Amino acid sequence: MIRDITLGQYYQADSVVHRLDPRTKLLGTLVYLISLFVFTKAWVFVAAATFLLICIFLSKVPFSYMLKGLKPILFILLFTLVLNMLFTKGTVLVSWWKFSITEEGLKQAGYMGTRLILLILGSNLMTLTTTPTRLTNAMEHVMKPLKVIHVPVHEIAMMMSIALRFIPILLEETDRIMKAQLARGADFESGNIIKKAKSFIPVLVPLFISAFRRANDLAMAMEARCYHGGNGRTQYRPLKYKGRDFAAYILLLIYLAAVIVIGKFLNL
Amino acid sequence: MNEYKLIADHLIYEYNKGTAQARKALDDVSFVLRSGEFVGLIGHTGSGKSTLVQHLVALLKPDSGTIYYEGADIFEKDYNRKALRGKVGLVFQYPEYQLFEETVLSEVSYGPKNMGMDKKEAELAAYAAIKRVGLEDECFDQSPFDLSGGQKRRVAIASVLAMKPEILILDEPTAGLDPAGRTELLDMIKELKDKEGITIVLVSHSMDDVAEAADRIIVMDKGKIIYDDEPRAVFTHIEELEAMGLGAPEMSYVLHELKAAGLPVDVNAITLKEAKEEILRALA
Repeated sequence: MIRDITLGQYYQADSVVHRLDPRTKLLGTLVYLISLFVFTKAWVFVAAATFLLICIFLSKVPFSYMLKGLKPILFILLFTLVLNMLFTKGTVLVSWWKFSITEEGLKQAGYMGTRLILLILGSNLMTLTTTPTRLTNAMEHVMKPLKVIHVPVHEIAMMMSIALRFIPILLEETDRIMKAQLARGADFESGNIIKKAKSFIPVLVPLFISAFRRANDLAMAMEARCYHGGNGRTQYRPLKYKGRDFAAYILLLIYLAAVIVIGKFLNL
Repeated sequence: MNEYKLIADHLIYEYNKGTAQARKALDDVSFVLRSGEFVGLIGHTGSGKSTLVQHLVALLKPDSGTIYYEGADIFEKDYNRKALRGKVGLVFQYPEYQLFEETVLSEVSYGPKNMGMDKKEAELAAYAAIKRVGLEDECFDQSPFDLSGGQKRRVAIASVLAMKPEILILDEPTAGLDPAGRTELLDMIKELKDKEGITIVLVSHSMDDVAEAADRIIVMDKGKIIYDDEPRAVFTHIEELEAMGLGAPEMSYVLHELKAAGLPVDVNAITLKEAKEEILRALA
């Protein structure tokens, strides 16, 4: 049940996308996400979807697995769609009581929905093909200039990598505790919303206790190995750009150019 | 007919189905549990024993095959699985990590209350269960988090016992306990079977845990049941067991060595007591 959440989890496979430098993927994803918000034109979204499909195909992550990652945002997606559909003013198509669906509303809803789906799929592709360690490693690199203004870049990166690392562990723990309480006759499904929320106390209390215990153990283990923050710390595997990264950057630039041309100059 | 309490019928279950990490955790598993017996379920880490016991209380649904409890299919749509979990109690591994209540008494009453008992009934059942696992009266109003590790585990076991199960399944109940705590716990489990007639399934990776008390041993490896027989018969396959990373009880090794050294002992003794008598007999 709870294992189905794929957000922030790594999918093991041997592909070009997996082997790319994490900085390439991080910057690429960032650029991609921005490109989704600059233009609101159907053909731009077609280009963006095509680009993403190519990346997914190259990554060897099964498409069905990618789609599973959309499940958690299904509610937000529907909510946005309905809101946009009902509350955008324009040419009325269908009218019922106080609500009316306009042509502009439909368009707006379509754009917002596509945008959200591409946004989630795009960022999921990054986390699915990059291990948390490599991802935060890339973040540390990208944020390095901020060190000048005394931002604790290394510490932030370390906290993020620990947080990411613990997502699957805590999910598994939740699954385990839920099962244990189910075995004691717990019922998480029936009753009204208050009863349902209450039924989760037996899951949340042990979960918090175990999270604190784990945090404590981890801090102890890190101190035992003389961890003292980022000063003078070297890396086991320093990041290095390779040929495929340049190829990826060129591909990204072509995509960007295509999007700008379609969005700005073409009148489709 | 009624002799079979529970029947597992050709269970197949796969983890991470349809992904690159797919792995068969149960591969055509069938066995029966009879009323009042003590079964040891043995297997190396990752052999599928924990997956199997989660199926027995319908926490996991098999990809194919099914389980019958007292003749009824527990994966049938309208089957009352909540009631089943009262009758087939499962104590998870490291059960002390699932405690959440403010006092030991309310912790242990959680299960019976879920089974539909009123407050008074539930507390009576809880009281009996706490006494049953050998905790003192002073514990009742204490926070379960203030107890020692061994006591916490007893509270967790009591919280399942309080639902008055007919079958009690314990997943590695001795993990992380010191030798004295381990012996005490195993004795208590044996008593549950002898005095209250509860059917016991003891999951473990250690032969020594089950050698003495079990009427029957089921050995699992890579999702399959390899042996399902009485202890003595299972331990004759000592080489195969070792290949699975399991081995036989310590006493078997002692006797085998003695025999190799020329002492005419019968190597089939498995408990400490039997081995002692066997050695004395051989020396006489």
